[in-house]
Amino acid sequence: MMVKVLFFGVLKEWLGAAESSVELQEGATVAQLIARLNALRPTPLQRGIAVSVNAEFASAIQVLHAGDEVGLLPPVSGG
Amino acid sequence: MTARDDVETNQVGAVSLTRAPIDSAPIIASARQGEDGAVVIFDGIVRNETRGRQTLYLDYEAYEEMAVRQMDELARRAQSKFGVRHVTMVHRLGRLQVSESSILIVVASAHRGQAFEACRWLIDTIKKTVPIWKKETFVDGAVWADGEPFPDGVSVDNTVVADESSTPNLI
Repeated sequence: MMVKVLFFGVLKEWLGAAESSVELQEGATVAQLIARLNALRPTPLQRGIAVSVNAEFASAIQVLHAGDEVGLLPPVSGG
Repeated sequence: MTARDDVETNQVGAVSLTRAPIDSAPIIASARQGEDGAVVIFDGIVRNETRGRQTLYLDYEAYEEMAVRQMDELARRAQSKFGVRHVTMVHRLGRLQVSESSILIVVASAHRGQAFEACRWLIDTIKKTVPIWKKETFVDGAVWADGEPFPDGVSVDNTVVADESSTPNLI
């Protein structure tokens, strides 16, 4: 199944793009998506990031579904 | 949801993102009603330096759909937590120059104590949870601001990740 992953802030520089489509096995979790992303780059994602699924905060164990929009959110700096 | 110049109203108040300069006077004027005894305003402005480095300008970006949703929820929580009548929050995105406003928060209520507390809580909480990020351009380079650590339970610890062969039960 395909999910769309959005990268924000400094994470765009980690990937080199603002978004990416990722192919995952059915029933994959947020944690497994992160493992897949970390395998793409020479250094892993920084610690302390949050993940959203369809614009709501999600946990590492949340199961993903085809077409989900996953956000990788570094520590925020708005306000 | 895209950033827009107009202000959208909901039950508690008005929450929006904009790419235009924040025009505070009409926003403040429209927030007050007859039953209000106090209006507290927070105007967040771009400072001319960060830790001794001279700032040229800031660029703000957001996960817009989620940021509006989060700000709306914060307005509702402020109402139930502090008993204020109305909350307006406008956050600006895009390029901001020194001394421009990045955020305007207006809280109207019957009494000043609740308005002050709600306004303080709103800006403090926005700064920790709402998906908006700034990149600061200094005289000598540009960096993404470090950002506030997420509250407990919000971030995912990605040093504890399953490899592809693991099942969700093992996490």
